[in-house]
Amino acid sequence: MVPTAYYLVLAAMLFSIGIAAFLIKRNVITIFISIELMLNAVNLTFVAFAHMWHQVSGQIFVFFVMVVAAAEAAVGLAIILSIFRTRQTLNVDEIDLMKS
Amino acid sequence: MQLALFIVFGALALGGALNLLLQRHPIYSALSLVVVMMSLAVLYWSLGAEFLAAAQVIVYSGAIMVLFVFVIMLLNAGKEEQTQGSRTAYSVGFPGAAAIFCLLSFVFLSERGSLQSTNIGGDLSSAVDNIAVLSAMLFTRQLLPFEVTSVLILVAILGAVVLARREQ
Repeated sequence: MVPTAYYLVLAAMLFSIGIAAFLIKRNVITIFISIELMLNAVNLTFVAFAHMWHQVSGQIFVFFVMVVAAAEAAVGLAIILSIFRTRQTLNVDEIDLMKS
Repeated sequence: MQLALFIVFGALALGGALNLLLQRHPIYSALSLVVVMMSLAVLYWSLGAEFLAAAQVIVYSGAIMVLFVFVIMLLNAGKEEQTQGSRTAYSVGFPGAAAIFCLLSFVFLSERGSLQSTNIGGDLSSAVDNIAVLSAMLFTRQLLPFEVTSVLILVAILGAVVLARREQ
C-alpha cells in the first residue's frame, strides 16, 4: 500500500528535474531529452490518477501522449539535424538568428 | 511488496534523472533517460497499467531513445561548454525548478487525505484485464482521436523526411 500522493511527488520531482535540465543545458539534444523527461513525469501522474479513480481514461491519455511524443521526437530530431547541417553547432547560445 | 517496488524503482528513476541533469555529455544523458523510462515502466505495471508498461519499454526506451542515440552518434555531439548564458541559466534554473517542485509537492501532500492509497495491480471499473478495457475504449468512444493520431504520425514522417533531406 503506497499513498497515491507519493507517486505524484515522485512525478513532481522528475518534472522539476526536467525543468532544471531544460533551463541549464546548452546542448540542443540534451534540452530535447529533458522535454522527454517532463513528458514521462506527466505520464506518471496520469497513470497514478487513473489508478486512483479506477478509470481507464487516464491510461488512454498516456497512450496519446506517447504517440505525440514519438511524432515530436521524429520531427524535432530532423530539425536538429538540419540546424547542425546549416550552422555546424549544437549550442543553443550560438543559434540566435532571430535575435535582433 | 508495492512499497518496496516503489522505493527501489522510484529511487532508480530519481537517480537516473539527477544523472541526466549532472552529466555534461549528451550520450550519458540519453542513457540515463533510458534508466528513468525503464523504472517508470515498472511503476506503471505496479499501478495496473500493463499495456502502458509494455508500450513504455517498446516505444519510449526502444524506438525514441534509439533515435536520440542515433542522432547523437551521427552529429558526433561532444561535451557542452560553459558560456555566459549558462551561468545566467544556473542562477535562474535551479531556484525556478525548486519553486515549482515545492509548489507541486505542497499541493499533493496537503491533499493527501483525499488521495487514496494504491494497491498493486489493476482494479479498473469493470476490469477483466487492462488491455481489453483499454482497447474497448480506444476503438469505440475514442475512435476518432485514434484515427487522427495516425494522420499525425503520417504528417510527422513526411515532415521529418522533408526537414532531414539534403538540399540539392
